Amino acid sequence: MGWPHEGAQLMTTVDTNVAASAGGRTDPRLAGVPGEPRAERLYRRMRFIRRFEETVLELFERGLLNGTTHACIGQEADAVAIVEHLGDHDHMFSNHRCHGHFLARTGDALALIAEIMGKPEGVCGGIGGSQHLCAPGFMSNGVQGGIVPNAAGIALAKQLGGDAGLSVVFIGDGTLGEGVTYETLNVASLWKLPLVIVLEDNGWAQSTPAGANLAGSMRDRFAAFGLPVFEIDSTDVEELDAFAGRALAQARKREGPVTIVIHTYRLCHHSKNDDNRPAEEVAARWDLDPIEIHGRRLGPSARAAIDAEVESALQEVVDQAVAL
Amino acid sequence: MIAARAMGDALRAVLNEDDRVILLGEDLVDPYGGAFKVTRGLSTEFPGRVRSTPISEGAIIGLSAGLALSGYRPIAEIMFGDFITLCFDQIVNHIAKYEAMYNGKATCPVMIRTPSGGGRGYGPTHSQSLEKHFLGVPHLRVVSSSLVHDPVAVLRALLAQNRPALLIEHKLLYPLHLMLPAGGRIEDDVAETQVSDDGLPTVSIRPVDRKDCSFTVLAYGYQAELARRVLSRLAVEEEIFGELIVPSQISPLHWEPIDASVSVTRRLLVIEEGVEGCTWGSEVAARISARFFGELHQPVATAASDPTVIPASKMLEARMLMTPERVERAIRKVAT
Repeated sequence: MGWPHEGAQLMTTVDTNVAASAGGRTDPRLAGVPGEPRAERLYRRMRFIRRFEETVLELFERGLLNGTTHACIGQEADAVAIVEHLGDHDHMFSNHRCHGHFLARTGDALALIAEIMGKPEGVCGGIGGSQHLCAPGFMSNGVQGGIVPNAAGIALAKQLGGDAGLSVVFIGDGTLGEGVTYETLNVASLWKLPLVIVLEDNGWAQSTPAGANLAGSMRDRFAAFGLPVFEIDSTDVEELDAFAGRALAQARKREGPVTIVIHTYRLCHHSKNDDNRPAEEVAARWDLDPIEIHGRRLGPSARAAIDAEVESALQEVVDQAVAL
Repeated sequence: MIAARAMGDALRAVLNEDDRVILLGEDLVDPYGGAFKVTRGLSTEFPGRVRSTPISEGAIIGLSAGLALSGYRPIAEIMFGDFITLCFDQIVNHIAKYEAMYNGKATCPVMIRTPSGGGRGYGPTHSQSLEKHFLGVPHLRVVSSSLVHDPVAVLRALLAQNRPALLIEHKLLYPLHLMLPAGGRIEDDVAETQVSDDGLPTVSIRPVDRKDCSFTVLAYGYQAELARRVLSRLAVEEEIFGELIVPSQISPLHWEPIDASVSVTRRLLVIEEGVEGCTWGSEVAARISARFFGELHQPVATAASDPTVIPASKMLEARMLMTPERVERAIRKVAT
């Protein structure tokens, strides 16, 4: 499960109305070398996402990109852990902060960087840009909340069509301000849809702390609709991996929607140069950097080797994209 | 057959013909069968495929979008056209965008039916014709039911494509009998049907040859029926001859039938029930004026309801809505 095989058709759901793309361009140096230990794969994918996001920010600085971007630096472990437990029949819907989700799901760095560069070779021909991506088994949209009923509709399609897959939607703590989210929780629970809501609580909705945005309990908002809530406060990918395995096993019983709440932290600004959070708060959270937590488990030479592979593979992708 | 029954039969036909069709909406299931009874019987005949939802318009349309992205052909009902505002984000930022912003990698052919319009004293939030807010939304079709269009032909045409559509059904049409063109005629009038490349019909109705018509009236839905009655009477009683054009798709418009008529009559009146200001009529006027500048006998005329809330009092409602009398006044003005 998890990563699509090299050269395999990435199309994940036979019933999803997405034109099949011509195989993913997944470089094993980014996506995972066949046969490598799980711990190394998890590290490699997180490192890949981190360096991708940092590269995008650098390209902005250099004036090679326009528009905006929302990096997921600090949150890489979430998507990497969840994807370990997804298969070809599952669908992922993501939000504005979607690069990590996309890369964890498809591994296709070239398609994404070209998309962000606005090139025709991008995954959506440069029309979607950073926030609006579509690949087999994956979609994202930049409006808060609206993707939740869309993902529920995909879950309903799976239920109606007898497809064994799940529809997984990633939201943030800020999304909890959107009314349609609750409309959807109600219907999804009533109809026992095979929907998984992954709430990445990074503590800040753009510049507003959760404490100024959210009344009551996050968990209770889901529990009120009868959804089982799997809640964890962690940036440790191994912990998250095991946790995601339990939560998705529950979802695969197909008894109704399931919520996964991951308390995490965004180590970077919201989009670009717009961080007014207390510096000491951010600094303290760097101690919980998921790359470091998990990287320490790897031997120094193994880690350095992966870092070097990711670096050279990403550089090739960027060079290739720039040349397009 | 009355329009409500014909529309229900049309839904039944496409449910029978196409397994991908799913109906979602508030209070659709039997024995209630929908607030206006259009879907009566369907939930019994197609269990699981005709579903009542909670009162959650945003979720109804958002779920429909997910179904459509997955290859289904959802037809959602929004109980009153006034409530379509609750779906605006889903329609504009999700459904109408997906295919284009994903560069054709996905399609999202949601159909949304919504009973609209006044004349029944339902008051400010259950009487509106809000379709003007959806005109010109890229990649969205806005379609209106009229008595002269076969509902099943329209649904089949929309199902033959992969684009989303908003279908406006005026409530006052439901109890009226369809008046479909037969043998090129509707009653005593000539009725010419032109079908766009997308398969959607526009019907042109005239009492005499086009060259003997002195003006063109463009209208849809219930206003088209009001205009047809006035034009029919004026032709018989006063030998005032005008041609009525009734498009099924009101945005984007199929211009050929309109241009063909206006190029001969050189006078155009556009009638709609929505309130005046930034209207369908003003868009048509701008386009027609640009194309026919210098050839028109007079500026394009428009008629719409007054720009205010729709009162619950039937007497007050009749003062601000497009009524049969107002339709007649507008037509007489362009005819003379």
